[in-house]
Amino acid sequence: MSIWLGQDSRVIVQGMTGSEGSKHTARMIAFGTQVVGGVTPGKGGTAVTFEERPVPVFDSVAAAKQATGANVSVIFVPARFTKAAVIEAVDAGLDLAVVITEGVPVADTAEFFDYARTNGTTRLIGPNCPGLISPGQSNVGIIPGNIAGPGKIGLVSKSGTLTYQMMYELRDIGFSTAVGIGGDPIIGTTHIDALAAFEDDPETAAVVLIGEIGGDAEERAADFVRQHMTKPVVGYVAGFTAPEGKTMGHAGAIVTGSAGTAQAKKEALEAAGVRVGTTPSETARLMREIVSAL
Amino acid sequence: MDLFEYQAKELFEAHGVPVLRGIVATTPEQARAAAEELAAPLLVVKAQVKTGGRGKAGGVKLARSPQEAQDRAAEILGLDIKGHTVRAVMVTEGADIAEEYYFSLLLDRANRNYLAMCSVEGGMDIETLAVERPEALAKVAVDPLVGLDRAKADEVVAAAGFAEADRAEVARVLVQLGEVYRASDATLVEVNPLVKTVDGRIIALDGKVTLDANASFRHPDWTAYADEAIDDPLEVRAREKNLNYVKLDGSVGIIGNGAGLVMSTLDVVAKAGADLPGSPRPANFLDIGGGASAEVMANGLEIILSDDQVQSVFVNVFGGITACSEVARGIIDALAILGDKATKPIVVRLDGNAVEIGRHMLQEASHPLVSLEDTMDAAARKAAELAVAAE
Repeated sequence: MSIWLGQDSRVIVQGMTGSEGSKHTARMIAFGTQVVGGVTPGKGGTAVTFEERPVPVFDSVAAAKQATGANVSVIFVPARFTKAAVIEAVDAGLDLAVVITEGVPVADTAEFFDYARTNGTTRLIGPNCPGLISPGQSNVGIIPGNIAGPGKIGLVSKSGTLTYQMMYELRDIGFSTAVGIGGDPIIGTTHIDALAAFEDDPETAAVVLIGEIGGDAEERAADFVRQHMTKPVVGYVAGFTAPEGKTMGHAGAIVTGSAGTAQAKKEALEAAGVRVGTTPSETARLMREIVSAL
Repeated sequence: MDLFEYQAKELFEAHGVPVLRGIVATTPEQARAAAEELAAPLLVVKAQVKTGGRGKAGGVKLARSPQEAQDRAAEILGLDIKGHTVRAVMVTEGADIAEEYYFSLLLDRANRNYLAMCSVEGGMDIETLAVERPEALAKVAVDPLVGLDRAKADEVVAAAGFAEADRAEVARVLVQLGEVYRASDATLVEVNPLVKTVDGRIIALDGKVTLDANASFRHPDWTAYADEAIDDPLEVRAREKNLNYVKLDGSVGIIGNGAGLVMSTLDVVAKAGADLPGSPRPANFLDIGGGASAEVMANGLEIILSDDQVQSVFVNVFGGITACSEVARGIIDALAILGDKATKPIVVRLDGNAVEIGRHMLQEASHPLVSLEDTMDAAARKAAELAVAAE
């Protein structure tokens, strides 16, 4: 098992004919992901060949879903078209839309998230994220497929390269699913959403939560852990020595109710019973101790 | 991207938000000319800095004549307010204030929508108000797809407890501020204070606006907001090369890929250096990003090696899209270009995509300054030790 993405997931790529889209479609197919189609308005009826297998291109997500039975979309379209692409995926009733595109205006994200919450049931991940991987089953996005194999750890992270680093550190145990949720101010899937899904996933025994400075997502995740998690959670927060970032002004500090510092996040997580490593390798050691005691 | 008050005021005016007349000046003489043009009995000279608390810092002063405006501007220009040097002032008309209010509209990350905050107790420090008298600060969620329309603005002014007689006019101004937020791709529009004058007008007496840099593709006019204030010269050079670089004050130069991994690298180096003599710390943040080419890597290394404070360099790459072979080629190329000018030791840790090729290339090149380490922790330790040894 895994969360949100498994061997039966049927994946379409919005923006498959673009350079990023085609590059990563090839990588996903090489991994074994069931890529059943691509969507590029105006190029419906054509096909792109990967590993000698033609993948059909459709004009719309709805057409792609009807023809292929797709239930997952991964979105590589340029930032200015991302909002429309996501709304199309929501309207088509897909289960999951993973938005890899970076540089999406936050108003667009706020609007497509509002739209999805009001008008559909599609789970959104991202934007500006590396996607998710259920090793041995399916890989949607840009996470390298060969870092670690299947296993019983769940991972959720704001950061792409820290996801890779932590998967590498814990490749001896392996992962049910690793989710990169992205670090934009508004994201479709939060740490809490992933924690809840891992808690319900019988194949996940423990969870690594990776955070970084800014906002208060980690503090809220700590509250969730305290109230709802029975499975052990190990945490890592990056940015103890990072320079003070741009503040959102007085008003922003009021909303978050937190300074957004790494230290504040670490303390909140520890207060909720989460063991927090000060480096990726120490975090991996903590996880190894926990898994060997299970 | 934060705006100066005068830039926020221009946006307010463009959307019909009532503001006082004001003119920007960068010299005391210009301030005098501005005061003459405004020809008001009471003038306010306000420092233009992108930080709060300028009143307390002496950055806001009253003047009753052009000569006084010139004198006050001379006092304010050049002031250091929380690390920001005052390079411009705005001379505005004074207002006869009857009441002060607070209003802001901003991105609410936690609830993934927008939040309007409003109080009839404006003027004071809003953070203090929020803590000491939270009931005096109305907070109303705003749907991104709908925005701050008239119905929502009516809800906000009612929740804030405005007098019946003022509600319609305040709500009208709030809708206009909501339009500033939407049309300008803002993540924050804050007015503190929003005032009612003795003659009953509602006016935005101050303005703080933060714009979303991701939206710049649909706002070609934003180039006017580019900050001319020169930062660190290395940061300027890095920006010219499109590198995500922040200068810090330590001695271990850092290059990595991905903001999260680079932040983590800074932490690991600081930790490794903590128990060494002189406690070496990171000299910079430099993220070469995903899929970086050899050229990007070489540009980054050149910038770091030209930082006089740098005593050693740590290159920490986990290749996802980025190929370690490109990173290795970038290091080799940069050292070839720099020749004898490169004198600092470089510790390299590579993992992930094309790692065997990358390591092999560096071993083949066997440059005397370059050493390879297998793990992030070991490499951080070594880079910190080398920085100590070089001091």
